[in-house]
Amino acid sequence: MANSEKTSGAGFLKNLVRNQCFIPVAALLLLAVFNLIADPSFFRITLGYNSAGNPVLSGFIIDIINNGSELAILAIGMTLVTAASGGQDISVGAAIAIAGSVVLRVLCGGNARPETLQAPIIVAFLVACVVAMLFGAFNGVLVAYFKIQPMIATLILYTAGRSIAAWINNNELPVISDPKFAYFGGFIPGIPIPTPCFIAIACMVVIGIVLKVTNLRLYTQAVGINQSSSKLNGLNPEMIKVLAFVILGLCVAVAGLIKVSRVSSINYSVIAKDIEMDAILAVALGGNALSGGKFNMASSIIGAFVIQCLTTTLYKFGVSSTALPAYKAVVVILLVVVSAPTVREYLNKITQKMKLSKEVA
Amino acid sequence: MKKKMAVLLTGAMVMATLAGCGGGEAAPAATEPAAEAPAAEEAPAEEEAPAAEEEAPAAEEEAPAEEAEAPAASGELITLGIINNDPNESGYRTANDADLKATFTEENGYSASFAYSMKNDEQIAAAQKFIQDGVDYLLLSAADTSGWDSVLTDAQDAGVQVILFDRTIDADESLYLASIVSDMDKEGETAVNWLADQGLETYNIIHLQGVMGSAAQEGRSGALQAKADAEANWNIVEQQTAEWNAENAQQIVQSVISSGKEFNVIYAENDDMAKGAVAALDAANISHGVGKDVIVMGFDCNKWALEELLAGNWNYDGQCNPFQSSYIDDVIKNGAPAEKTIIMDEKGFDATTITQEDVDKYGI
Repeated sequence: MANSEKTSGAGFLKNLVRNQCFIPVAALLLLAVFNLIADPSFFRITLGYNSAGNPVLSGFIIDIINNGSELAILAIGMTLVTAASGGQDISVGAAIAIAGSVVLRVLCGGNARPETLQAPIIVAFLVACVVAMLFGAFNGVLVAYFKIQPMIATLILYTAGRSIAAWINNNELPVISDPKFAYFGGFIPGIPIPTPCFIAIACMVVIGIVLKVTNLRLYTQAVGINQSSSKLNGLNPEMIKVLAFVILGLCVAVAGLIKVSRVSSINYSVIAKDIEMDAILAVALGGNALSGGKFNMASSIIGAFVIQCLTTTLYKFGVSSTALPAYKAVVVILLVVVSAPTVREYLNKITQKMKLSKEVA
Repeated sequence: MKKKMAVLLTGAMVMATLAGCGGGEAAPAATEPAAEAPAAEEAPAEEEAPAAEEEAPAAEEEAPAEEAEAPAASGELITLGIINNDPNESGYRTANDADLKATFTEENGYSASFAYSMKNDEQIAAAQKFIQDGVDYLLLSAADTSGWDSVLTDAQDAGVQVILFDRTIDADESLYLASIVSDMDKEGETAVNWLADQGLETYNIIHLQGVMGSAAQEGRSGALQAKADAEANWNIVEQQTAEWNAENAQQIVQSVISSGKEFNVIYAENDDMAKGAVAALDAANISHGVGKDVIVMGFDCNKWALEELLAGNWNYDGQCNPFQSSYIDDVIKNGAPAEKTIIMDEKGFDATTITQEDVDKYGI
């Protein structure tokens, strides 16, 4: 068409809408506006002191970024797995139980109620990282080399993981009394921002640098888009897939540490319950194709905070306890449908048609 | 096509979330899959078993020498088939399983086999196997209340005595010898009566519920709800299910604090949720415990929870007695009781009166 100068404004808008981050950001804004109208106190942040006398920030916004941390971290790994393998890992909740259990096992040294920590926290965390990455590699090998559907391959760990977690601690429920351990899921004395936020930001920075500096993004997308052509171009698609699962394992270990630190204990059957579904939803909300290929890390992470924002909003309005999942599902269905590529294409077509008819007129 | 797949998948996922959460049944979605892998599930159980067995052979070696001391004079062991829920389900179940294993040993004249599942059909299959094996007694903690009639009739025909523990079922009383259960309604009433005795001017309560529809949730919620409806100065500020989960409880209480609502009681239907609530209180510098701003109540009497009571950080913990084995032992040794349903003694502990002995004796 000959009116390119006229469409520059509309073109900007179109680009904005086309941007993958648009849907999750719009959802976040929508929730924010809703809360602003319903009750502006949602945005109030107050500085107070916790029972140990340390300054802490509190408020719904803080709750969201605090409680959404684990989900954001998991979304990073889940995005990579989705992009590389074209499938999802449904075992992350169970894997978190395992990682958390390992952390506690190392810290307690077999005694369920230690007076002092039996090992430095960093050691426990590193052991948990190794274990979680091994389980990630196990999933990855099943998917990459044995060519099992990711959802089926990870079903194994999804089913067995929580029992393995219980077995690691001899079915006991260890409780850590050392206040230092609670820093990771709570507050470091003197710093009023919850520690999980820092951990999540650190993870985002690390993955940002990795994607910028290395070829991980390119290779992952290449494998996800067309495995055989990536192979012809000299990549090792199996290796890339396993790598994606191992990175997810690392994310799981970090999330596991935060989870067990929050309550300084563990409950194998309920820890990180259903979190895999939220992590997959975060990826989907981010507008990433669940069939693999191209991905946008930032929009997945924003997607994770959308989910947490929704949860916190529903808690705030005291939505009847039994109805809560239903409300959540309705909102999520809407968001996912709107962000689905097919729907967006259809909408694009409609807007184009409207423009055409305008031009004709 | 790929894109269509993606839409379908997300749709399916959302449905899964719905189905998982909306059921409101006693068995939560995430615990069900644990029961799907019997092989993996037995691993932790076996882990414990060798410990128990280590003692058993040692005792057997001695037995020939001191024949007279062998408990079953005939030398015949009483065979038991024990069907229980997954010991990983909760601290309660772990203690329950450990208690059964400790009581029904060869030393005490028993030969016990265990089967674990949180699914009714798998439990029924296990029961049929035990009946075929010809056990003397079938001990059952049923996953669901219904569907047991035919298998229990089979048991009766085969001469297998059935004893229910922990959970009742909807079946004719003649089908079983005894039923040893907790009275969840009474647990709730004991706790609510204790709370009423505290003589607060107004009660502004945060009520953290367990998985909706479970017997424990219904009993413990029912008493509180009834009292709050009846008394003008009892208000339930917030009533949410935290699904027995400490973290959910923490989020819920955080959100109540952030919204600035006044409250002075936390009524959590298990210890984990009370613990999560306390973590949220600590972060907001709200004092809790004996003589402090907020009364904290939990259930289940985990050892660590009773220690919190002892330290005065919590105020009350209601017992849900997992130690049924002595009652079962009594029924087997002394015959059927006059009243088929045996309700176990259950205590409620007050932080001001609890002692270290209580912690050691009743902590699970």
